[in-house]
Amino acid sequence: MESNLKFESQKLATWYFTVAAILFGAQLLMGLIAAAQFLYPSFLFEIFDFSVARMVHINALVVWMLYAMIGSVYWLLPEETGIETVGIKIAKLGFFVLTAAITVVVLVYIIVQIGPATESSIWLIHEGREYIEAPRWADIGIVVVVLIFVANLFLTAMKGRQTGIVTVLMADVLALAGLYLAGMFFTDNISIDQYWWWWVIHLWVEATWEVFVGCLLSYGLIKIIGARREVVEMWLWIEVSMLFGSGILGMGHHYFWIGTPEYWWEIGALFSALEPVPLIAMFVHVIYDWGKETGLKEAESKASGEGYHSMNNSPAFTWFVMNAFGNFLGAGVWGFFHTLPQVNIYTHGTQFTSAHGHLAFFGAYATILIGMFYMAIQGKNNISILKATFDSKMAVFLICFGVMGMTVALTIAGYGQVLVERAQMGATWEGFFVSQDMMWFVQGIGWRLAMGIVTFVGFIYLIKDLLTTSKNSIHIK
Amino acid sequence: MSKKVVSVWTSIPFWRRSAGWVTGFASILLIWLTFDSMSQISMGTDADLKAGITKRVPGPTVINYKITYEMDTKRGHEVPVIGEKEKFFGRDDWSEDEARALLHLGKLGSQTKNCMNCHTLLGNGAYYAPDLTKAWLDPAWGPSGPYLGMTNSSTKEEAMSKFLQDPSQYPTHERMMPDLDITEKEAMGLVAFLKHMSSIDTNGFPRNFARMSTDGVTGAIHGK
Repeated sequence: MESNLKFESQKLATWYFTVAAILFGAQLLMGLIAAAQFLYPSFLFEIFDFSVARMVHINALVVWMLYAMIGSVYWLLPEETGIETVGIKIAKLGFFVLTAAITVVVLVYIIVQIGPATESSIWLIHEGREYIEAPRWADIGIVVVVLIFVANLFLTAMKGRQTGIVTVLMADVLALAGLYLAGMFFTDNISIDQYWWWWVIHLWVEATWEVFVGCLLSYGLIKIIGARREVVEMWLWIEVSMLFGSGILGMGHHYFWIGTPEYWWEIGALFSALEPVPLIAMFVHVIYDWGKETGLKEAESKASGEGYHSMNNSPAFTWFVMNAFGNFLGAGVWGFFHTLPQVNIYTHGTQFTSAHGHLAFFGAYATILIGMFYMAIQGKNNISILKATFDSKMAVFLICFGVMGMTVALTIAGYGQVLVERAQMGATWEGFFVSQDMMWFVQGIGWRLAMGIVTFVGFIYLIKDLLTTSKNSIHIK
Repeated sequence: MSKKVVSVWTSIPFWRRSAGWVTGFASILLIWLTFDSMSQISMGTDADLKAGITKRVPGPTVINYKITYEMDTKRGHEVPVIGEKEKFFGRDDWSEDEARALLHLGKLGSQTKNCMNCHTLLGNGAYYAPDLTKAWLDPAWGPSGPYLGMTNSSTKEEAMSKFLQDPSQYPTHERMMPDLDITEKEAMGLVAFLKHMSSIDTNGFPRNFARMSTDGVTGAIHGK
């Protein structure tokens, strides 16, 4: 496919997006295997166990999102700064190193699966710590490549035009990369282990990643509907204050039960209860700007008599709006459901958590990153107005409906589990399995698999659209 | 529209400074609390245990003692209580070094065998298998539970160890634990790790542990 991209940085971005989309598919496939094992436990038993499917499921998730995030920065950087990314050659080398490393890691996960209880297993196979299982050798490789990426960003921003969006990105990406180091050590003390583990997981997904999304939203609003930069960047700073103001100390909600002192109850409850506020603000921001900017431009175009298109990338914008809504619903509402310690003492570590996890990761991150894929499709093919196609609409509908369906199904299953396993029987081995055999639980898990399949069909439409939409004649070149 | 800023509420520098201050303040508070939490959750020593000093995370030699989970009326939830000496794999005189080595092996095993991608530990992990936070205290491994008989064992640690080495030989549910090539030595470490974890003060999680069982015999409120 010929490319119309002027900047090497944007070419590199499309490579990152491509790998991200492949890993997204891998994530969904692994999720389907794990979901099927809930219903049919003998499926692939002692061949490809739940623990393996689940590990690849969540690792592919984290890695595809990081890939798409890195890709997004390489995409928007030349547009924001006005110059080619500094050190683009080494950035490309970094991409190949990272992709090779990740391929090896995934193959080892799938083929080797487990190792003996030795330090070398942690160095070579996996660390067995949810989300950041990558073995230590890969950790070091990831750090090196991320350092290249951070250097690209900083050097380019210092040489070119440093917009508000780029400034926030610089601070955010530095924090995001630095936090990874908190997950790179071994300790015999499980409380200390989980304390620092949350520094990576929580400060990523409930702080730095959210701010990252704020940057992408700002960029998207400016690019797609032509929102004014002063307004958007002012909102961005407000969002940063609110996201970091609530998110950093909201960490306390992970410190209720891991051995840490009681004061985290109050701190965690208060600040994590505030976490939805910026998500509402982001939602309002998108909808308000959308209505206002489009309204203004349409009024202008009517007055001047020219046919003005206020939106130049419908599929991307649809995903951006899904992000505003999904972030609020998945991270905000579903998170708030069980963030207070009075509730969390029963719901902690049940399908409730899983329900929240699915909608939050999807709503807050997957949506906007898919939106960025469409930005790249538009740029790469030099399309001035990218329109929605049948496939793109099917993708939006099926993926959103599927994930929402999984979330509702898991919430219902989780509700039954919490009442029976936790409240009634008291969290024992027996209580757990009694709850897992309940009709309501099994039905919920069944619907989760069905909705997972719907999501996967949506994913196929998405890939089809991403691959073919540029040839569609409805777009305006 | 005029570019002139008319109000502080629409001023970018104002919000940029606010973002800096808020983030800085929250980060400093988090770091300060981290120092306090670290000192409170660092592992205790054998001397602490002998002197009866309660630590949120006791030392590895806690495996020499009986652990129960009892209601603390003052705190309003259950807390682990370390009682008299209790034999662990036939001994109640594991030295600090021996116990630490065992716990180290167990913690390593818990990671390399990927426990967390089926089970939850301290409530964190995957939701395919039971929570292991207080697994050591679970009545399933006690005198009225199924495992002593199934594994033909006389003690809880022996039953757990045999189960871990051959989990799919001793199923209690259609959803079985797979064989993870766990050696006898590793199993011993894992059991020590589980026993140690059950002694961690988790602020009452899980609540009302083992309050009920289907046979109506083994369960009792507050795990007694």
